[in-house]
Order: sequence, then structure tokens, then C-alpha cells
Amino acid sequence: MEHIISLLVENKFGVLSRVAGLFSARGYNVDSLSVGPTVDPSMSLITISTRGDDQVLEQITKQLNKLIDVIKVVDLTEKEYVERETALIKIHTRAEDRAEVFRIIEIFRARIVDSTPTTYTVEITGDAKKVEAFINQLRPLGIKELVRSGRIAIARDDAKAAAGDQKRRQTVVEAK
Amino acid sequence: MKLTGAEIFVESLKREGVKTVFGLPGGVVLKIFDVLYGDKDLDFVLVRHEQAAIHMAEAYARATGKVGVALVTSGPGATNTVTGLVNANMDSCPIVVFTGQVSTNLLGNDAFQEADIVGISRSCTKHNFLVKDVTDLATTVKEAFYLAASGRPGPVLVDIPKDVSMASAEFHYPDKVYIRSYNPTYDGNKWQIKQAAEAMLRAERPILYVGGGVINANGSDELLALAELLNIPVTMTLMGLGAFPGTHPLSLGMLGMHGSHATNMAVHHCDLLIAVGSRFDDRVTGKISEFVPHAKIIHVDIDPASIRKNIHVDIPIVGDSKSVLHDLLEQARALLGGKRREGRTPWLAQIAQWQSERPLTYKADPKVIKPQFVIDMIYRRTRGEAIISSDVGQHQMWTAQFYKFIHPRTWLNSGGLGTMGYGFPAALGAQRAFPDKPVVCITGDGSFQMNLQELATAMAYDLPVKVAIINNGYHGMVRQWQQMFYQGRYSASRLEGGPDYVKLAEAYGAVGLRATEPHEVEEVLEEAFAVRKLVLMDFQVDPFENCYPMVPSGGAINQMIYEDPPAAGDGRSQPQHETKESNLPA
Ligand SMILES: Cc1ncc(C[n+]2csc(CCOP(=O)(O)OP(=O)(O)O)c2C)c(N)n1
Ligand SMILES: [Mg+2]
Repeated sequence: MEHIISLLVENKFGVLSRVAGLFSARGYNVDSLSVGPTVDPSMSLITISTRGDDQVLEQITKQLNKLIDVIKVVDLTEKEYVERETALIKIHTRAEDRAEVFRIIEIFRARIVDSTPTTYTVEITGDAKKVEAFINQLRPLGIKELVRSGRIAIARDDAKAAAGDQKRRQTVVEAK
Repeated sequence: MKLTGAEIFVESLKREGVKTVFGLPGGVVLKIFDVLYGDKDLDFVLVRHEQAAIHMAEAYARATGKVGVALVTSGPGATNTVTGLVNANMDSCPIVVFTGQVSTNLLGNDAFQEADIVGISRSCTKHNFLVKDVTDLATTVKEAFYLAASGRPGPVLVDIPKDVSMASAEFHYPDKVYIRSYNPTYDGNKWQIKQAAEAMLRAERPILYVGGGVINANGSDELLALAELLNIPVTMTLMGLGAFPGTHPLSLGMLGMHGSHATNMAVHHCDLLIAVGSRFDDRVTGKISEFVPHAKIIHVDIDPASIRKNIHVDIPIVGDSKSVLHDLLEQARALLGGKRREGRTPWLAQIAQWQSERPLTYKADPKVIKPQFVIDMIYRRTRGEAIISSDVGQHQMWTAQFYKFIHPRTWLNSGGLGTMGYGFPAALGAQRAFPDKPVVCITGDGSFQMNLQELATAMAYDLPVKVAIINNGYHGMVRQWQQMFYQGRYSASRLEGGPDYVKLAEAYGAVGLRATEPHEVEEVLEEAFAVRKLVLMDFQVDPFENCYPMVPSGGAINQMIYEDPPAAGDGRSQPQHETKESNLPA
């Protein structure tokens, strides 16, 4: 199953390679990865999407927790969350395809951020499924270049979570 | 007052209570070595190869319970430490390794003797640091010692660039460090402990399966009290030997690939397995899907990631072995109301029957020295009161089988990594910590040659280790597998080319002794133990003796091979086993 793991880490040199090294050494999948600063400049947030059964995920979270520079590990898939990804797509635009391109952009609420006589650069933001679907629609028209940001995600604050009714793994993970 | 980085470094070690440092100098650490020059408080042991320094530091830590320390130069000095780091990491041993580094302005430039040791050692240390500013040095040293020794212990590496050791700063050594992302759990969950204690009382056929974690946590007293109170037999992993007295009626010795018949059968048939500070290594469990088929499992470990890594656990308890064993003992005492748990007679009798069915033994021979006989004689002479180190191979397994360890921290061995070359430097590291204790290195002719340059270190520091070379002329364990699974095609396992160990010893000014016949074994040991000097004993043993019982890798542990099959012809012509090596991970 697919999981999005949110990792709060020390903003120190080498931390990303510790995390990436752990995934490669133990043979875990990384489908996407994104890193950015947090409100607190001493910490960074790494969002990793990965796959595996419950046992693998339990190991991934435990092994991540074991890294000294990892402050907190949350498997967002265990709760309600919002996710987003951005893609920038450069497509060939032959005159006869333009109407089709506009139609697709309209449907997906994407937008054109740059254009030349032969290409459009389109930006789309949404959850991974939407981005994927959009790319698939454009594919027959000829994608010249594709850049994806990697998924980012944030937990929803819901009453249930606030009442502490969380699944066991989260409590174990967060207990660290 | 300002101190140089080099002075800060040395002062910091003293504040940590460090007495002994193992290592070897080089260009970028000269400033530090200059501070060590003439220092009366720190004992520096100059090795002949950096790998040995790390094994020595590890053994020092294992034998004393304190953190072991090594100091080496950049580049090749640093890369030579890698095997030792992986070894200490796999066996959870607290050491701090300091490496010199090129100056910060040269970092990343492929400068002379630059190696990215922080990158290289990331996956084989518990944590590592590059100190970029002299003002961070003292705190980093403090953190390194704290991380190495706390939680699940392990190696920590600190890389110190040359300019950092040359620069100056005010010296403040912190009393405490707090690392916000690191809070190991020491006390087990009370509710889980209660569940576990009840399960232990209820069980009819329980087994305690303990590992090196109990020794790391100094939990042997609690273990002994608990096992006796509840009448539970105790089996130990290779790393756990010494955690429970091998001479105790409840001791089952080592389990797993070369565990005894009774031990493996008892584990296989138990209804409750209580794992403490052990991690279900494949050498222990054999085929995991057939391991303890009738048992519920309790797993006590300080590392949450060890729990449910290899096997499903019914009652997980994250915590320090000593603390959890103590709490289990209290719970059990309360539940029993001051009595002992009786009524285990059928289970203990069953185990005794397995023991008499196939005792752990060997066939002595009047003409050839059996390797087990040598180990038996060493045991009889030292009675579990020596510190024993060993290497990797048949001799190691025979030592684990036939030497009865009675105290924790008297057995030094490379378990997780299986590093040939560990044994001799390990013996030296322990001897440096305990100059007056008997220290014996039981090694193989292959393994000893992987770090024999340390003979000079032993002589230079007057370390009177007794080295017993179980000389079978082979990489014996490799030869055994080739005999059993590769039709006796002894590819690259024969060790030719010497050396003459007696002459080798003499070349270093040590004592060299040799036994080629069984009656000489006693004499050689007598002589070796009579002198307070480094002694090399060359025991020329039966080259074709095999180590049994054996669970073929990937097999279930109740399916053991007990002896060579009936030999064809002259008795030595490569007897064949039916068993094939399984495709399962070896
Ligand atoms: C550094 C290293 N290289 C290779 C091996 C693989 N290996 C395991 S046992 C063994 C043979 C050991 O020979 P020896 O020390 O003579 O011991 P014996 O089995 O003969 O008692 C080898 C080569 C290892 N464990 N470590
Ligand atoms: Mg040998």
C-alpha cells in the first residue's frame, strides 16, 4: 500500500543523505521525496511517499525514528490528510491541437505559465491522482519535458484526532 | 583561557574519564598527538594497523563496560577503521572513533589523504559528526560519548579537520547534553510487563533466549534471579554467552546453527519464548517460518526497530534489559507470593532426555589432536575465569560450544559481522584494560593471519596474551561447507605457505610453542600459562574435523546434522552429506 511519511528533522548538513541512505540500504521504495524548511529554522520537513505492507511500514517508521537527527515521524496515510503535487509540463502545440490543449487545461484547472510559438508550459497542482490523470491526457499530444515537485502533505485537524483517538502506530511513532 | 582544538580534544577525553586510547598518527592529527606527547593521564596504545585499533577499543569497551576510544588520521587511516565500525555497529558496542580530516577549506577538493569518512561511515555508525568549528568541539565530544553509551549502544565517529585542531577557543565542557530527537526508552511498559510475567508463570515449556543486550545492560544478576525464581532454562546467543553462567543447571548454552541438540530441540518445542536483548538473527532462527511453531513470543529490546523486524511478537517490551528483567522479577515475585514456580519437572526432564540422547561431545583420538580437546583443556585450566576472545570459523563455534563462560564481559567475539581478524586485537584491548587477568585468544590459522601484525603491539606494551592457534591448515569452516555442500571441492580453502608460528613468535621476542600430538597439549598449556609473556601456541589439529551439530543454512533448527556420514574407503575421503544447501538466504 502507498504511504506518505512526514519527517521532521534537524536542519543539519547530511540529514537528507542519512534518510536516503536508510531507504537504499534497507531496500525500501521511494516514489517521491521533497524537502523544505519549516516555521522553525532549526528544523526541516521531508515528505516521502513509499510503498509496503504493514510490516515494512512499521520497520520504515522505526528505522527512521532511530536516526539521531530525526525528530518526528508521522505516517500521514494513517489519518486524514491533504496532499498536493505540482507539475510543470512543456508540450508541443501544433495549431490543430491547441483547442484540445485548452480543453484539457480547462477541465483540470491547470494554467499556462509560459509559451513559445511551438510550445506551452503548463502548471498543474493537485493530488497525485489528478496530476497523473492530467499528464495522461496530455501524453498523446506530445510532452516535451516534465518536471514534478514530489508530493507534499499535511494532516487535517479533526476532532477525532484531537481526542487522541489515533491508531496505535502513530502513538508509538510519536512517542519518540 | 583559550585552548587549541587539540588541547580541547584531549581535555574533553579526560573529562569523559577516558584512560586508554588506541590508534595511529598521521599528518592531520599531528597537533593532537603533540598534545598527547608526554601526557601522564592518557594511555595511548600505538597499533600497527587501524583496523586493529578499532577492535581493541571495542574489546576494551566489552570487557570494562566503558566506552572504547580510538584516534586515527584522515584518508587511509580513516578508511581502515570501517570494518571495525561495522563490527561494533552490528554487535552494539559503544566506541567513539576520532578521525583526522583535511582542513575545512580543502574539504571536497580531493586533497591529499582526504576521504569522506562521514559519508562512508554513515551506514555503519550509530551516528557521526564532522566538526567544522572549534567552538563546537567540546560539545560534539560530549554528544558522541553520550550517544555511544546510551540506548542501544554503538559506534560514533567524530571527524576533526586539521584547522579545527589548530584553532583556539574557550574551553567549556558541558556537564550534560540534551538531544531533542533522541530519547531512548529504558523502562518497559508496566502493563506489558505484567502480561509477560503472567505468561511466564502460566507457560509449561518456557525458554529464556538471551543475547548481548543483557550483557550491555549489566542485567546478569536480574536474569539469574528471574530464571531461578521461575525455573526457566536459559539459552544464549553467541553474543550472549556469559550473560548466564554456563555451569548452571538451567543453562542450555548456545542455540542456533551450531547449538546443541537439546538446546535447539528445547527451543523448537517451547510454548513460550522470552527473548531478552537478542534479535532473532538468521543464524539463531534458521528457517524463520518454522521457528518456535508452538510458542508465544515475548521480546524485550532497547531498540524498538529490533522488535517485529524478523518475527511476529505477542508481547513486545521496549526497554533496557536490566530494568525490564528487574520489573519482571518484581512482578513475578508478587504473583508468586514469595514462592518459586514449581511444576516444571516434565519440561526439564524432557530437556535432560534430549541432552542424554545426544550430548554435546567429540571423539578424542590418541594420535591426532582434536580441536575441541584443546578448547576443553583451556577451559579446565581457566575454569571460566579468563577473558576469552575468538575469531571466526570452526574454532569459534567450538569455543562457544566447549568453553563454559560463567561471567559476563569475559567473552569477546565478532558475532553479527563475523570478522576474521577480530580475535587477536580484541584480546590485546582487553588485556590492556586488565593487565593481571588471564586473557586467551582462541583463533584459527586463517583468522590469526588477518591481524598478526599486532604481535608487535603486544610486545611493545607487554601484553601477555596467550594465543591458541587451532591450526588445521584450512579455512576450516569454508572447507566444512565445501565438503558438505560442494562435493568436497576445496576451492581456495587450503592454507599453504606457513608461517612457522614458533619462529614467528620468536622473531617478535615472544614465546612460541607447538603441539602436534594429544599428549603435548597439556604440556604446552602448562608452559604457556607459567610465563607472564605473549605466547603463541601452534596446535596442529585434525584438519578434517567438522563442527556439529549443524543446522544447514535456511533449515529449521530442529533438523540438525550430527556427524559425518559413514566414510567411504580410507575414512578421510570427503564424506558426503545428502543435504543440499538451501536457496534460502544463507
Ligand atoms: C574477513 C573475513 N573474510 C572472510 C570470511 C569468510 N570466512 C568465514 S570462516 C572462514 C575460515 C576461517 O578460517 P580459520 O580462521 O582458519 O578458522 P577455522 O574455521 O579453520 O577454525 C572464512 C574465510 C570472514 N568471516 N571474514
Ligand atoms: Mg583454520
